[in-house]
Amino acid sequence: MNRTTVLCALGLVAAVVFPLAAPNYLVNIGMLVFFVAFLGQSWNISGGFAGQTSFGHVVFFGTGAYTSTILQVTWGWNPWVAWPAAMLMGAIVGWGIAFLSFRAGLRGSYFALITLAFAEVFRILANSVPFTRGGLGMLIKSDPRPINFQFKDPIWLYYIALALCVVSLVVAWQLTRNRFGARLVAIRENEDAARALGIDVFAEKVRVLTLSGAMCAAGGTFYAQKYLYIDPSIAFGVDKSVEMLLVTMVGGAGTIFGPLIGSIALTTINEVTRGVASVVPALKNVQPLSLVVYGVMLVLIVARLPDGLTGLFRRKPRHA
Amino acid sequence: MLEVRALSKAFGGLKAVDQASLDVRQGEIVGLIGPNGAGKTTLFAAIAGFHKPDAGSVRFEGKDITGLPPHRICGAGMVRTFQITQPFAKITVRENIMVGAYFRTPDRALAMREAEAVAEMVGMGGQLDQMGADLTVAARKRLELARALATGPRLLLLDEVMAGLNPTEIVEIVGVIRSIRDAGVTILLIEHVMQAVTSLAERLYVLNQGRMIAEGTPASIAEDPQVIEAYLGHGAAKVLRA
Repeated sequence: MNRTTVLCALGLVAAVVFPLAAPNYLVNIGMLVFFVAFLGQSWNISGGFAGQTSFGHVVFFGTGAYTSTILQVTWGWNPWVAWPAAMLMGAIVGWGIAFLSFRAGLRGSYFALITLAFAEVFRILANSVPFTRGGLGMLIKSDPRPINFQFKDPIWLYYIALALCVVSLVVAWQLTRNRFGARLVAIRENEDAARALGIDVFAEKVRVLTLSGAMCAAGGTFYAQKYLYIDPSIAFGVDKSVEMLLVTMVGGAGTIFGPLIGSIALTTINEVTRGVASVVPALKNVQPLSLVVYGVMLVLIVARLPDGLTGLFRRKPRHA
Repeated sequence: MLEVRALSKAFGGLKAVDQASLDVRQGEIVGLIGPNGAGKTTLFAAIAGFHKPDAGSVRFEGKDITGLPPHRICGAGMVRTFQITQPFAKITVRENIMVGAYFRTPDRALAMREAEAVAEMVGMGGQLDQMGADLTVAARKRLELARALATGPRLLLLDEVMAGLNPTEIVEIVGVIRSIRDAGVTILLIEHVMQAVTSLAERLYVLNQGRMIAEGTPASIAEDPQVIEAYLGHGAAKVLRA
């Protein structure tokens, strides 16, 4: 066993034991850390590994949240059954957006902008079509029983978020050691060279966005079950897209642990700044202070640590 | 093995390649030369599927591959390299070559062994753990070669693998290319470095302003007045003879 394996095992044990001893407030924060890390990982798979930067990943999140909520509220499905259906829907939307965008040959910032546009279109649609109840949003009836994917004790959602995060880490780890992952990295590094080496760039890009869409949609359902309410600006708001992108960039895009590290860093900053703002009178009116710190941090990371926080830990490759 | 017939490709009003034809037979090393802007790289790109030809046909081992996308052409057994080297910068040499090797197998261990064997063949065995971005020009050229080779082609299209190399490095890479051919891979190469190409290629094609102006052995090409004029200017052949 090497050092990384030992660290992973210790981290996992700590994450499992932690909520047994911690107060509910901290359990909730822990849940958010893993949940956001999971969403970030869904972004990282297409944006980090394959280099297809998206500004509108929330479109998958919202698709998942709305799919399971509509199935549950309007059609009476059990949420556990609606969950895979939401993932399927996320995969379909991912496939569709990828097919249209990549067929049109959109790359780089053009692709990023078109995803933003798709997310906005979905938000406006959710606001206007009848089956989403428009701007009123959708309320899931509170009935906290495990069979309803609702729990009295926050520890259960914590464990589900942890499980999602672990699964996403395994997916990312697999990508670092299988053919699909190698091809994604090749596409990110140089599309023309990838094509010359026999990679069907279009097909692989569609495939990765389908996978990413399914993952992100799973997060949407989780979110809806946690808060029991969604509306178009929550489900398709641009700030969720930014959050996914931010945690990944801060932690290290295209790395296994980047989104998790970024999520830990940003959540910590969020909580600390909230504490500071409530104590220091001069900062009372800077609301929310965390966004200011995020901004400064992003500037510093882009300028000084293009590989994110993970870049700090990585041993420099030897120069022969 | 490769038959290109009357291939044309224009960009706007500029005819980059105009009715060019060439043949490559199994086991040969064939050179494609010509002055700057003659259309060599465009012809390559059109053969390898990176540009769709406006007219003409490309047949490879009897199959019509005109206008197929690059990954299909790679699947047929023909791979190109780039004049401007395109290493995958943020991954190691081993991982770079593995991308090529994965074309033949989804198995990681096998792809890794394959990559290491190919690296050995092009003389990069000691650089497997270097990052793509950290390589010298000569090493990048070798990496281009190795990656393409790892896909297991029967015909390799090399676009100026010797440009930018010093004389020692050229001698080395000429040896590598010979050994690749001896391993059973047919080679078509674009080259600017005349000495190298004449010592390496058995047959040469000369492209000028998009047209194929000559074909033959290196010795006969060097004497061809049309070729001399293409390189040195109008009237040069007469001056040289005098």
